[in-house]
Amino acid sequence: MDTMRDRFAPVVSRLLEEDPRVAVVLAEIGRDGFADAQLRHPDRVINVGIREQLLVGAGAGLALTGMRPVVHTFASFLVERPFEQVKLDLGHQDVGAVLVSAAASFDWPAGGFTHMAPGDVALLDTLDGWTVHVPGHPDEAETLLRHAVAAGDDKVYVRLSVQSNAEALPVDGARFRTVREGRSGVVVAVGPMLDAILAATDGLDVTVLYATTVRPFDADALRAATRAAGTDVVLVEPYLAGTSTTAANDALADVPHRVLGLGVGRAELRRYGTVAEHLTTHGLDTRTLRERIGGFAGGGDGGRVAVRG
Amino acid sequence: MTTTTTEHSRPYTHGDLPRLMGLMTGDEKHGPAATSTLDVLWVLYDQVLRVGPERMDDPERDRFLLSKGHGPMAYYAVLAAKGFVPVEWLPDFGSYDSPLGHHPDRVLVPGAEIGSGSLGHGLPIAVGTALGLRAQGRTAPRVWVLVGDAELDEGSNHEAIAFAGPARLDRLHTVVVDNSSAGHARPGGIAARFEAAGWSAVTVDGRDHAALYAAFTAPHPGRPHAVVARVEPKSA
Repeated sequence: MDTMRDRFAPVVSRLLEEDPRVAVVLAEIGRDGFADAQLRHPDRVINVGIREQLLVGAGAGLALTGMRPVVHTFASFLVERPFEQVKLDLGHQDVGAVLVSAAASFDWPAGGFTHMAPGDVALLDTLDGWTVHVPGHPDEAETLLRHAVAAGDDKVYVRLSVQSNAEALPVDGARFRTVREGRSGVVVAVGPMLDAILAATDGLDVTVLYATTVRPFDADALRAATRAAGTDVVLVEPYLAGTSTTAANDALADVPHRVLGLGVGRAELRRYGTVAEHLTTHGLDTRTLRERIGGFAGGGDGGRVAVRG
Repeated sequence: MTTTTTEHSRPYTHGDLPRLMGLMTGDEKHGPAATSTLDVLWVLYDQVLRVGPERMDDPERDRFLLSKGHGPMAYYAVLAAKGFVPVEWLPDFGSYDSPLGHHPDRVLVPGAEIGSGSLGHGLPIAVGTALGLRAQGRTAPRVWVLVGDAELDEGSNHEAIAFAGPARLDRLHTVVVDNSSAGHARPGGIAARFEAAGWSAVTVDGRDHAALYAAFTAPHPGRPHAVVARVEPKSA
């Protein structure tokens, strides 16, 4: 199967044809995919070289002239390295852009910690007004990229990853989707975590919500799910554990509830290897997820979720 | 609500600027640090920039980006003199209800193309502005950005300078107000830095209006243009 990143340049190249406002800003990474588009639109496919402060600043300047910039590099160099440009050149200047990242939390484990960005969504949470899409399949990535570019002058982050579910689901760029209904807890599976969650909760009496747009957080969907499934909530995110715990707590502020936030740990592993090995180390493998979810949800009856019967 | 120069008994001149600044500072005498940008700003707004209060939504207007947002009294005084900002706003400078802060905010200040304060943001944004105008086929508007000599310490500027020359952004202009405030600098280093990246560059007396005008309007086909405007040292 192709990856989300494989879809990025073809989708955005089509958007360049469809919408004269669209401009792509790159910092070398990903440039080959835009070689044809650059020939067709030399003034709207811009590669600034390995200069990430300029990458975001130039995107902001394009937006000030009325363009819709699509700004792309690895997450660590798009959100973390030029964070003040994201905060000031976009937020404080009151202009929008679509930031599209690749490499995610540990898409390239052999590349080491310098190319890992598990904190990207948490960092954006310190800022106002960002929409954050975390697709779980290349088809969903394509849909969400189109939503992002079409979202007026909004600030939108699209987090592409090599991690993927086997099958795509319909996504609308806003709401969580109910994938399974139960009575003993709600599990929110974010993007590429869904397949592991479905396997881990097989036979457990829990509701599973699928989240591909995590900001704004779909508080209504979570509240609605807890009416039948109770207010034990487990969030499973492919980035820093607990990133959405505050959002879930806020959604349930007026009812007693418990929230467990699972995801990528803060500790630097100093390990290379494979994505699967890193998922296991962070407790995001099916067996560990089943233990953690089963041991938490439905805590009213001794901490063990009821088995669907 | 905008007070224009025509409501004033006569158009404001350069000679009115100390009084306008005094509305903010409480004193009509200002040291070199407060006025380092004053003559550069005046010549640009009075003779060079094709802008005006009535043109702020005109996509064909020139863009002036004040990157060095610190000490903006001279900027506000010029914006007031040119009718962008009501003179009545000046005395409340920095107060809670004033649109005029100690660093400008483009959302609040009529005529301000960018908000600034943190150094090293204006030049990269100016590069993007020039790229955006070029992508839309708007060849008339010129983009100007004002930076300080010490501001050039910030590496983000060098990302922008190094890109803009080879990208042949000939609508882009940088004026560096050099009041020798950088902690580590070599004489002539500023113009040389721009020239090494393929810019046209000229160094002039930042108090000499005729020299500034000549430098601002010098042809620079195919290249972005930098003007280093030397003024009294900040520490003098």
